[in-house]
Amino acid sequence: MKPTTDTPHFIDFLGKRRFAIIFSAVILIAGFVSVITHGGLNYGIDFRGGTNVQIRFADAVDLDSLRGLFKEQDLGNVVLQTFGSEEEHEILLGLPVDSALGTGEDLTAKLRGVLGTQYPGLEIRRIETVGPRVGDELKENALLAIVVALGLILLYVTFRFEWRQGVSAILTLLHDVLVVVSVFSLLDKEFTLSVVAALLTVVGYSLNDTIVVFDRIRENQGRFRKQALEWVMNLSITETLSRTLITSGTTLLVVTALLVLGGEIIFDFAFALLVGVLIGTYSSIYVASPLVLRLNKGQRPRSANAESKPAPEQQAS
Amino acid sequence: MNVRVKGLLILGVLLVALYYVFPTYRAYFTNADPLSVEGKLNLGLDLQGGMYLDVEVKAGEAVREVTRRTAQELEDVMIDEQIDFIEVRQTSPTEAVIEMESGKTVDLEVSPFDRFIVQYDLLTEGNLIRLTLRPDEIKRIRKNAIKQALEVLRNRIDGLGISEPSLQLQGENSIVIQLPGLKDRDKAIRLIGPQAVLEFYLTNPDATPNTYNRLTEIVKYQEVWDKATNTLLRKNPYVLEKKILLTGEFIRDAQVRFDPQTNQPYVSLSFDSIGADRFAKITRRSVGRNLAIVLDDKVQSAPVIREAITGGEASISGQFTVEEASDLGLVLRSGSLPAPIQIREERTVGASLGEDSVAASLNALLLGGLFVLVFMAVYYRVSGLFAVAALVFNIILILSVLSAFGATLTLPGMAGIVLTIGMAVDANVLIFQRIREELRRTENPRAAIKEGFAKAFRTILDANVTTLFAALALLQFGTGPIKGFAVTLSIGILASMFTAIIVTRLFFDLVYLQRRQLKAISI
Repeated sequence: MKPTTDTPHFIDFLGKRRFAIIFSAVILIAGFVSVITHGGLNYGIDFRGGTNVQIRFADAVDLDSLRGLFKEQDLGNVVLQTFGSEEEHEILLGLPVDSALGTGEDLTAKLRGVLGTQYPGLEIRRIETVGPRVGDELKENALLAIVVALGLILLYVTFRFEWRQGVSAILTLLHDVLVVVSVFSLLDKEFTLSVVAALLTVVGYSLNDTIVVFDRIRENQGRFRKQALEWVMNLSITETLSRTLITSGTTLLVVTALLVLGGEIIFDFAFALLVGVLIGTYSSIYVASPLVLRLNKGQRPRSANAESKPAPEQQAS
Repeated sequence: MNVRVKGLLILGVLLVALYYVFPTYRAYFTNADPLSVEGKLNLGLDLQGGMYLDVEVKAGEAVREVTRRTAQELEDVMIDEQIDFIEVRQTSPTEAVIEMESGKTVDLEVSPFDRFIVQYDLLTEGNLIRLTLRPDEIKRIRKNAIKQALEVLRNRIDGLGISEPSLQLQGENSIVIQLPGLKDRDKAIRLIGPQAVLEFYLTNPDATPNTYNRLTEIVKYQEVWDKATNTLLRKNPYVLEKKILLTGEFIRDAQVRFDPQTNQPYVSLSFDSIGADRFAKITRRSVGRNLAIVLDDKVQSAPVIREAITGGEASISGQFTVEEASDLGLVLRSGSLPAPIQIREERTVGASLGEDSVAASLNALLLGGLFVLVFMAVYYRVSGLFAVAALVFNIILILSVLSAFGATLTLPGMAGIVLTIGMAVDANVLIFQRIREELRRTENPRAAIKEGFAKAFRTILDANVTTLFAALALLQFGTGPIKGFAVTLSIGILASMFTAIIVTRLFFDLVYLQRRQLKAISI
């Protein structure tokens, strides 16, 4: 090495790729098992149809006694859960598509009829109804949006880099999406439209990270023509590591602010982002480059073709 | 480019941005009445409270109705003309069949039949004549139905007294209704929901649902509700003569009146002159019989006709509250929908929840911004402050672009802005890290700054373009709120590239590169 360039020292990220494979596999398999045992994802009303009503009470309420009131009136299947923090006294009432309470002109009148005498001063803050057919449409659109996004990304990355990077980027993003979905299934959290929006944001974010690393790898391949790809990758990931961590850090800071202060309605969205940003950071280090390396196996990259083995004096440097 | 020219250009952009943001500031952060301010950024229904409805117009029913009416009128005329036929029946929404007596024919191409067939293709098969609605006619009927539905719904919504209602066609057969500031959700549904098809029939008191003549009669029901518990008590059947005597299209006015004896509210109808004539003729012919008033297929009442009614007045009585009666009056005045509608999606948010959401997302924005500010200042010192200033510029830009395009800011849109704060500094982080690397390599800070910006540029471009793809894919999502998120995210990405690369560079130009001697930079 020339003394003007500083000695490349790096962390052996790719050497640890076995652990990364195990880590990712464990989450994904657990998620898969969870989805199977739950009989699919826990879809919110956006995707399965139905009605959600957010109600605020003047004082603390007991969910069991509320359930009793609905049962007394023979109003069929209702799902009750507390919503937001304790001191707000809010509940979220979930009704199926064919609820006995209906969704028509008298829904709030009926709810006041059922609850109002026992709990005067209740406030119906939000009503959301999605028809079953709309749910299917939204599901289709969501899937389509993700597929379209991944397709565009594959094209662009292949155009700017090589097909190996394109395919690796897509697989990495798929990995990220599936991990977030797995976490949601494992925690039995509802899968809603805003979670899909968060997923697409995570796709954009994680790709951002991955591209920065790929970019540096390409640059370093030019600078260290005689080095093996794995060596260049380790160097590049190390060089971009502080940027990766800082950007993740600032993003996590604002996501945390959203999570804590943003209100209950966007909590799940922020939570999906939180998980997604963490996993996106991990995957751009431990998943994307190993995948490129894997796809390169058997055929040396053109930069390393000149010499099949890295020159020992350079390795020692 | 000359630094001074660049500086002036950027200052110009900032001034234009501030110009567009100002109405928004004036509307929400001063004492001005938001409604009176033009060019402000509109708040979505989830932030200001209100109702979002996506209703589907069942336009296919309008097509079916056209064919049904054609079949019925054709049958009437053929009876009048003494044609030997067995029956005219509707076999599908778009097809009617005339069954002739064997060996008999009818020429539909001549008067008085020709007016029935202009919309249809004819096909004779033995003693059957098939009338099929032409595809272009089907399209036209559907289109008209939607257009008419939009008009009728607009009239009904006007009755709600909302200051800025919005109705828009969406896709083939959906209408999106947005009612900001709506207070009474049930009333809105009561006004929007019903098709409000009013029909008058004669009853046959001698027949029962088990013994009626299926060719000439139909059964419809009157629903009896317990108002206190809101439960359906029973359904009273009425056997009606199939022929519709009169419909609601001739209504001139509909008002709430009170029965002087019981003080019960009812809806008083007055017909226009054609309607009044017909009503007089019907009632004169049928004194002593019961006239069933049917609204949307439900029998409202079936009073006895005591004498011919010539004044063109009728009344609908039932178990109404005053409010329901006045809503029904409004609905009848606005006219009936050409086809039934169905609510596909409803999102109603109370005003207080909207306020809470605004406060919550503003807090998140402030705290997130503060976090980033502190971090950047501590980690990158003066350069970090450049980045923060660029970030503020970025937010102003996003808001000004949204305002300039008259966009609507939703809760997910706010989340998009908060997220942009976190991600927008990325471009600066990339540049600063590069400059630091260059500084390790060279003694010349001037070269390091230039190299840092140049080398980071390609990475920033690649990384942002791909993120933009994800945001664009998100944009093609149907539902409003998610779109709001995608819009702010996309604008945020573009704005952040401008502020992080060009504006930050200007700060470096002004603060460091202008100096004769540059020994060190604070990064």
